[in-house]
Amino acid sequence: MDDLSFEGYTCPVPFRPTDTVILGHGSGGTLSRDLLNRLFLPELGKAAPRALDDSAVVTIDSQRYALTTDSHVVSPLFFPGGDIGRLAICGTVNDLAMVGAMPVALTCGFVLEEGLSFDVLQRVVASMKAAAQEAGVYIAAGDTKVVQKGGADQLFINTSGMGKIPEGINISGANAKEGDVLIVSGTIGDHGIAVLSAREGLGFETALESDVAPLNHLIQAMIGAGEIHVLRDPTRGGLATSLVEISEQSNVTIELIEQNLPFKPAVKAACEMLGFDPLYVANEGKLVAFVKENDAQNVLDVIKKTKYGEDAAVIGRVIGTGKSQVRLKTAIGGTRLVDMLPGEMLPRIC
Amino acid sequence: MKYLDEYRDPAKVKALLNEIESAVTKNWVIMEICGGQTHAFLHNGLDAMLPAQIELVHGPGCPVCVTPLEQIDRAIAIASRPDVIFTSYGDMLRVPGSSKDLFAVRAQGSNVRIVYSPLEAVQIAEANPDKQIVFFAIGFETTAPANAMAVLQAKNKNIKNFSVLVSHVRVPPAMEAILSSKSNRVQGFLAAGHVCAVMGFHEYPPLAEKYNVPIVVTGFEPIDLLNGLLATVKQLEAGEAVAENQYQRAVKFEGNESAQKTIRNVFQSTDRKWRGIGVIPQSGWGLSPEFQEFDAEKRFDVENIFTQESSLCIAGEILQGLKKPPQCPAFGKQCTQQTPLGAPMVSAEGACAAYYRYHREAIHG
Repeated sequence: MDDLSFEGYTCPVPFRPTDTVILGHGSGGTLSRDLLNRLFLPELGKAAPRALDDSAVVTIDSQRYALTTDSHVVSPLFFPGGDIGRLAICGTVNDLAMVGAMPVALTCGFVLEEGLSFDVLQRVVASMKAAAQEAGVYIAAGDTKVVQKGGADQLFINTSGMGKIPEGINISGANAKEGDVLIVSGTIGDHGIAVLSAREGLGFETALESDVAPLNHLIQAMIGAGEIHVLRDPTRGGLATSLVEISEQSNVTIELIEQNLPFKPAVKAACEMLGFDPLYVANEGKLVAFVKENDAQNVLDVIKKTKYGEDAAVIGRVIGTGKSQVRLKTAIGGTRLVDMLPGEMLPRIC
Repeated sequence: MKYLDEYRDPAKVKALLNEIESAVTKNWVIMEICGGQTHAFLHNGLDAMLPAQIELVHGPGCPVCVTPLEQIDRAIAIASRPDVIFTSYGDMLRVPGSSKDLFAVRAQGSNVRIVYSPLEAVQIAEANPDKQIVFFAIGFETTAPANAMAVLQAKNKNIKNFSVLVSHVRVPPAMEAILSSKSNRVQGFLAAGHVCAVMGFHEYPPLAEKYNVPIVVTGFEPIDLLNGLLATVKQLEAGEAVAENQYQRAVKFEGNESAQKTIRNVFQSTDRKWRGIGVIPQSGWGLSPEFQEFDAEKRFDVENIFTQESSLCIAGEILQGLKKPPQCPAFGKQCTQQTPLGAPMVSAEGACAAYYRYHREAIHG
């Protein structure tokens, strides 16, 4: 028992390259990015500009359009505050709106599992209709495929969308500037925890509802209130992953103030219990904006008056350029780095 | 949030830091045993706020890290069987065995499920009588009572298709192993509060006396950690060495006696191998003779799977700072981030991985 090496022992919790796809590749974090960088972008992404924003920007006859697509595979299909249908519409509407576009039309592709009840399908479609009306978009085209029982989990929906980008708008993850103020449009982590609590077998119940909502009207109001440099909806991977991406795209250092981060008490409690960091929990009706310093108060005031923005808060700022980094000033006055979500978010043992 | 915010109060943190600052006159090496405490120090940025005289050494209290390679390989062998539903706490799934991890096993079609409690695994066994349900019973004294309870439930309900792959470890033998090691530098311990909530801290006064080392039972919030450090520093500065309890809202001297009784009922003390460290005598729990029927190692005949960490790997010396990664003959050759031989190459924070990522070109020209 003489030569034990306890000191500096580090946790061998790894993300080892695998020869198969694992769930973590869909988590929105580092594994997803690896897949993008190693396979999809080199093989399929050559023609596209490498902005990697929520929507691509395509110019036709000097008019800029936003184009995006998103597949939805949530389980359970219905969760407190929403369902897969509302998610499918809002997800794509929001991706379009995050580059400053006015969403115009969506397409939707359904993959249905044999045996799915029409009642379920009708409820999902009704929810899509309501969400599309709220956002002010129409469904221009669609497709249906049915797979054998077991070939899919009840119902998958893909939506693609296009929107028009008004002249003079230039919003991108690459546009963050030193001094920019970070505003989040409301409480963080609601969607992820609501879905988690609805999922079978978790053993706790909360009154928490998903925040899934179309944000295009809110964004239009913001654009009128000040100079917006970056918009992003922190979905999978959470706020932390989105901010790390932006810090890399713009090559800036971001400082977050932990005390200013808005959380619902139920989200905070669930995260404490499960060992999750709410900064990595998914949101479906929130955005983070990088706003020109002098316009920040005005933009915040405008957001707070909108339907989905009453809990908006200033959460940090861009404190430097030339170094991609996200730092968090902790509530007790310390500082730590914030990294991307590595793979699947896992509850800890103890 | 009540019961949390009051232990994260910035003003109290500042006052405690000042108190520690004025108490400390010499350099001290203090180990926080539990991975949860390590996490809390770093998560709050607290480690960087401490006076320079205090060197924190992170202890081996991470159940995921110390579960030995061969136990992961046994889990993978069992989980790969078509008749098995393998259940585990979530963060075990990404720990590598010698060729893959449980995520990869799941991706290849095996039925691997995350459960939040071992009792869920018993329910799964009841609901799937045609399958064998195995629970990966790992962890320290904190997870042992619930894991023992699952075995008891299965026995009481006469559930035959449930078994456990046990790899329980205990804190006090590890502390004794550290203290009796010739290379030991640790002068004071923050004992793991939640382990003590279960076990009490009656095992610590003899250790404190024998090795002349302060042992302070400490919680997990910033104020708890600082109170634990302050008490340890005060003892060290005064030349005292006793076991004391700074986590009184959760820990009693005798611990949770009914939880201990459940543990004693199902488990017995056994030698246990710790990943990256080696075998520590009587440092773990295994199923006691009357519960052998629930032993997954026997049921699925994986007892003879033995895997060694690669002998090429010099992780021990790397981790002690005695050698730099490029001085390892396997570095960048047999050992890469794609094919890691040891924890420092695997972990995102590992020294070898950092060198591999940032200095490889410089080294190999």
